Amino acid sequence: MMELTVKITNAEGLHARPARLLVSTANQFRSDIFAQLNDQKVTLKSILGVLSLGAEQGDVITFIANGEDEAQAISALQEAIAKSGVGVVYE
Amino acid sequence: MNSIRGISASAGIAIAKALRLVHGDWNIEKRTIQDEESEIDKFESALEKSRSELHRLIEQTRERLGDEKAEIFEAHLLVLDDPAFIDQVKEKITSERVNAEFALQETTIHLVEMFENLKSPYLRERAADMRDVGKRVLSHLLQQKMVDLADLSEEVVLIADDLSPSDTALLDKTYVKGFVTNKGGRTTHSAIMARSLEIPAVVGTKNALEQVNDGDLVIVDGIDGEVIVNPESSLVEHYQAKRIRYEKQKEEWNKLRDLPTATLDGHQVELAANIGSPNDVADVLANGSEAVGLYRTEFLFMGRGTWPSEDEQFEAYKSVLERMNGKPVVVRTLDIGGDKELSYLDVPKEANPFLGFRAIRLCLEKQDLFRTQLRALLRASVYGNLRIMFPMIATLEELMSVKAIYREEKRKLVSKGVAVSDNIQLGIMIEIPSAAILADAFAKEVDFFSIGTNDLIQYTMAADRMNEKVSYLYQPLNPAILRLIKHVIEAAHREGRWVGMCGEMAGDPRAIPLLLGMGLDEFSMSATSILPSRSLIGRLLHHDMRKLAAQALEMRSAEEVAHLVRQNVILQED
Repeated sequence: MMELTVKITNAEGLHARPARLLVSTANQFRSDIFAQLNDQKVTLKSILGVLSLGAEQGDVITFIANGEDEAQAISALQEAIAKSGVGVVYE
Repeated sequence: MNSIRGISASAGIAIAKALRLVHGDWNIEKRTIQDEESEIDKFESALEKSRSELHRLIEQTRERLGDEKAEIFEAHLLVLDDPAFIDQVKEKITSERVNAEFALQETTIHLVEMFENLKSPYLRERAADMRDVGKRVLSHLLQQKMVDLADLSEEVVLIADDLSPSDTALLDKTYVKGFVTNKGGRTTHSAIMARSLEIPAVVGTKNALEQVNDGDLVIVDGIDGEVIVNPESSLVEHYQAKRIRYEKQKEEWNKLRDLPTATLDGHQVELAANIGSPNDVADVLANGSEAVGLYRTEFLFMGRGTWPSEDEQFEAYKSVLERMNGKPVVVRTLDIGGDKELSYLDVPKEANPFLGFRAIRLCLEKQDLFRTQLRALLRASVYGNLRIMFPMIATLEELMSVKAIYREEKRKLVSKGVAVSDNIQLGIMIEIPSAAILADAFAKEVDFFSIGTNDLIQYTMAADRMNEKVSYLYQPLNPAILRLIKHVIEAAHREGRWVGMCGEMAGDPRAIPLLLGMGLDEFSMSATSILPSRSLIGRLLHHDMRKLAAQALEMRSAEEVAHLVRQNVILQED
């Protein structure tokens, strides 16, 4: 299992455009991939799930990948987050 | 023929066939089914048809309106393919043995509600995407044609209950000549979009959708807020002429958008706009405004259950300053109390709210909220050209207290290392006669004045303009008011300060020649008055207006002044 922690910095929160990018990235991998905000955990393979988190500026989201290609999935997500500019990754 | 009245949301005239945009209600009947397999097949096939329809719309929208608009449908496509959506519908069909349409309706309503309950206003708006997707699949299940705004092929006037953000995003000016809605006002989303797209629109008609049929010929008069259904041919000709006149005039005005405001003999003044929220800035810029002359911050505090936080205020002020891109923004601190009530602010009822506990009087007592607003403003100041204005100042002591609080908050922020601009001008509203009379003393203590004529006139004439029995006393052109204004301008200029005006009088074409003659430096008005005012000022000679103003100050009544202006100034272009 691998994790990636991201702080949302975009003023509009985790909105539709970056959410779409994350979901389509997640769907390229076989691993189970989740997004967790506080005590809510949803699959990252569903746009409705991700948007239902309602993540706003300042929220910290943890992405969790579990499966054979988890390492590739996490690095692809890291790239997608950087590209969308929606947040910053905690090292 | 039938005429419907509404609110003019976007000026212009449109004449075309009506197209009713009916989204339909969710009132699908629940049926118990025997064959789940065939219901699921039906649903799958509707999904497939929706999918190929969306692909086609994405292509077409990208070509016609660009990538950004096409993204709306790409988001729809993702929702359509979402397991959370598809699986819920299928699961409902199988476990509850209900028809596909009903399962789709229940799932969509459930997901729409989920979005509507989110805290972020941005994400709440995504409820519309979910609703759109549900409606699209339903239309295929029911084999009904859905009206697609991105798929029009002839000129129409849209008639709708209201237009959602996803509707307005797809308005294509080539085909949508105008629109009419039952709901809404001048500042609702659809009205703002109509003005930015320059599509004539009449909103808030209450029942246009019920009175118009598809294919009816409709005239939308966005200038006077009227909708005419199935007009006689003579009336069509009349409106065609009106449209040509308007478009010619607009073309003239548009040429002035990026020009400075100056009289024929080169005297320059500044035309600014009054706003109530960051969303108004687009309108302000589109109308060629040189500044925001009055940002009424109270809208940030109204229509909610708690005080807006410092950060929330900071974001709003920053947003306006950034969007104005270095142009001046005069922010008026909180003007509530009196007749403007807040549910979460406990102020006893008063017999005379306009003469009561409001604006700066309230802020000086409830200093916490005043200080919060000042901190938010100071923090935002580095994002643009901020000017702060205090309302309802009656005495110098009040101004001194306000300035002391301001300096204290500024010092505290700076000592904490927070960046604050060094060039924040401070000013006061001149709306209480005592401040107008003592303007020479006030001028030594501030950087600018802005004359709030709505209140100044009602306090000077002792007449509530909302009271029909005495509203005749609301006389902007009364020489008493003009002399007061002249006194304020002269007092400020002697100290090298500038004077603006942010009441309705500043955009009144009968008053502008006189205000110009008296030396007013800045005129702040509703955004739509800016270009007509710039056009008017460009046809006047400052030299003549000074003489005209001097004459007006010697008149005995508002009637005489109005007559004098009519005699000497051509207010309308022919």
